[in-house]
Amino acid sequence: MAHAITFSTREPHRAFRLSMLLNDSRYRSYTIQIFVLMCLMLGIAWLVDNTVRNLALLGKDFSFSFLWSTAGYDINQRLINYDTQMTHGRAALVGLLNTVVLAVLSCALATIIGVAAGVLRLSGNPIVARLMTVYVEVFRNIPLLLWILVFGAIMSEAVPAPNAFKGENATASMIFGAVAITNRGVFVPEPLFTRDLGTLNLGIIQPSLSVVAIVVVVILCWLVHRALVRHAERVQSQTGIRPVTWWKTITVLSGPPLLLLWALGFHLGYPELRGFNFQGGLQLRNALIAMWLGLGIYTGAFIAENVRAGILAISKGQSEAAHALGLRPGKTMRLVILPQALRVIVPPLISQYLNITKNTSLGLAVGYMDLRSTFGGITINQTGRELEGMLLLMLIYLSLSLTISGSMNVYNARVGLKER
Amino acid sequence: MSDRNLTFVRREMLPAREPPTNHFGIVKLLREKLFNNWLSALLTVASLIALVWIARSLSPWLFNSVWSANSLSECRQILGGAEGACLAVIRDRWTQLLFGFYPPAQYWRPVLAFVLMLVAMAPILFPPVPRRLLWFSAVFPGLAYWLIWGGTLWLPVSAYAGFTVGGIVLRLTTRLGSGVAVGLAFAGALAWWFLASGPVTTVLEQLLPLSLPAVTSREMGGFLLSIVIGVTGISLSLPLGIVLALGRRSTMPLVKTVSVVFIEFIRGVPLITLLFTASLLLNYFLPPGTNFDLILRVIIMVTLFATAYMAEVIRGGLAALPRGQYEAAEALGLDYWKAQRLVIMPQALKISIPGIVNSFIGLFKDTTLVVFIGLLDPIALSNSIRATTDWQGIYWELFIFIGGLFFIFCFSMSRYSMHLERRLKTDHR
Repeated sequence: MAHAITFSTREPHRAFRLSMLLNDSRYRSYTIQIFVLMCLMLGIAWLVDNTVRNLALLGKDFSFSFLWSTAGYDINQRLINYDTQMTHGRAALVGLLNTVVLAVLSCALATIIGVAAGVLRLSGNPIVARLMTVYVEVFRNIPLLLWILVFGAIMSEAVPAPNAFKGENATASMIFGAVAITNRGVFVPEPLFTRDLGTLNLGIIQPSLSVVAIVVVVILCWLVHRALVRHAERVQSQTGIRPVTWWKTITVLSGPPLLLLWALGFHLGYPELRGFNFQGGLQLRNALIAMWLGLGIYTGAFIAENVRAGILAISKGQSEAAHALGLRPGKTMRLVILPQALRVIVPPLISQYLNITKNTSLGLAVGYMDLRSTFGGITINQTGRELEGMLLLMLIYLSLSLTISGSMNVYNARVGLKER
Repeated sequence: MSDRNLTFVRREMLPAREPPTNHFGIVKLLREKLFNNWLSALLTVASLIALVWIARSLSPWLFNSVWSANSLSECRQILGGAEGACLAVIRDRWTQLLFGFYPPAQYWRPVLAFVLMLVAMAPILFPPVPRRLLWFSAVFPGLAYWLIWGGTLWLPVSAYAGFTVGGIVLRLTTRLGSGVAVGLAFAGALAWWFLASGPVTTVLEQLLPLSLPAVTSREMGGFLLSIVIGVTGISLSLPLGIVLALGRRSTMPLVKTVSVVFIEFIRGVPLITLLFTASLLLNYFLPPGTNFDLILRVIIMVTLFATAYMAEVIRGGLAALPRGQYEAAEALGLDYWKAQRLVIMPQALKISIPGIVNSFIGLFKDTTLVVFIGLLDPIALSNSIRATTDWQGIYWELFIFIGGLFFIFCFSMSRYSMHLERRLKTDHR
């Protein structure tokens, strides 16, 4: 008789009543959304109206034309051509490049310190582990701004002046005769080319052709190396015997770049003390060093915790299983532990990179001329364009952040567990 | 085989022998932990050298410290060329580092507010404290505002009366449906605050004057300012963050989009740009002629900033919760808010405790950034102390004092979160 019973899954049709807008879950979400939309539009309209009225009261207009007017201020660290006669837009670009350089340098330093401290904190050696715990706790619990100021003070107060390097009984000496740490900045050897290829004119920026050539060659070598490895893997999977590749790898990776360097006449220009200051070499200003150390060491403490958590997240069974398969410790680490630990470590690592990029805006504290100091500081003060300037500044930072977090999502999608 | 064939049978146990010398104590530690391989040995030696070097370079500086002097030059005179810390600056200026330019005769007010804050936090943080104290936690914000800023007591009282009005409206209209009732209660409270609150305050103040000397925001600074901004930001960002996290996980596309845009925008820009927005741009966005307190603006911006981070942390907790929990709550017939309150949130918040406390710590440390918009936080005060002729050129003593206080606050927060994790741990893994 079972077939005689019929179920109706359709609800009985009821006439629409106004109260259903609030009480019926089918309609309620539309009510709420329309309400939110109205509030949102009212809020935006209110803000825009206020802004328009305020601008009118102040006699200002809303335009970005100030980007093309003469900046008139100097920027002490510049990676591309810049002088006081150039535009505010150009100054912003110089500042942006300074921000990016600082962010990249700090990310590298923070990663190195963080990975080392994270691994050492897990070591069985109690002295080293305790020391790393102290490092992590001290740096994590004190504001970054204070650390930046501390490193700034160290660079300006606690290191010798250039004239301490002078004379017979100098109180300070250069490290390996190549690096001078002074209170006017750190002087390091600079790469020079006797047969320079000149610069490539791309309009806004003029990169050195020699550097471009070196980068291109290195990338090409890397691609060839990748092809070699892939070929070796194919041979291994077909025959079971992996061809010997180490000498090919070394030749491919180091040969062409070294040849190119030799052809360009690569040599180092050492800093020398002339008069009251060092000449030649590359001057890394105190502000850059203070920001770099501050950001790198501070964020390193956070990365150390991420690395530690990542390694602890891999269960012991994984390494035991790898040993049972007969893998040596090195291969266990490379093929079993690391790929799994990286999946845990990399997302928070990238968000630390994001933090570093945003925290470069603290450069103002030690006078580092980053985007915030040049464009967000001097330009806005000179032109009185707070509204346009801040909007543009936020948009630039936002696009930097979204680029980094976008790359994180791509990575996550690639290494994420493919299950079900 | 029986006993008879044996020549010797031991009848009593031998006393346990000492283990070999290299299996216990310091030798074992050295062999197995400190010098077990060349890398470990290298690290041990390197860290010992580092420790000795730090101790040797710091100890004369600390032990020769001068506690009573009126200026750095006097300090140097007392030291007579020897190395030593001039901690006299702390002794001379510690009140300034703690309170900024708060009138010295009124120092008892922020101190009392701080002590009362500890009392107010106790029932929230530690369950053995009687729950009845929670009413004090609710009253505390108004009391603290009155103590710190001064003015008439009737201002916070009438602000609280707004909540009472809202509650009464809610009670009266609850049969119209919960959504309508909440909306009406909200409108009632707003009406009270904007229309009735001002006159009522004036009348009550004339009838029964209860006021403290007013202190302006300009005079506040130091750790007082950091704690005011930090604690307000922390206590507001958690509920707002929960709402935003729920918004981001909502099935309503509009609500979800708004939440995502808000969160990603706030997380994508540095806090410093938001603070500059508060100090430079808020005048553009508000009706012409409005001008309100800079500290309040900063608190709003810091709260928005922390809210976005909090929302992401809580979203992580919500995502980590097994789907079965949501389904079980629905199967029990709980509606959305009841399910969130009774089933989802207690578990999701528990999972996210480390993240929540981390963002609290981050927020508290970020309060130092207000130095860039001209507020007198401890770092700004250290700069202004250094700018005086007496203490020109003094760095490390101030940094150590400020860093030490921040460390105490942040470290105790992180320890508390560990304690909380242990206390709430209900699984037996």
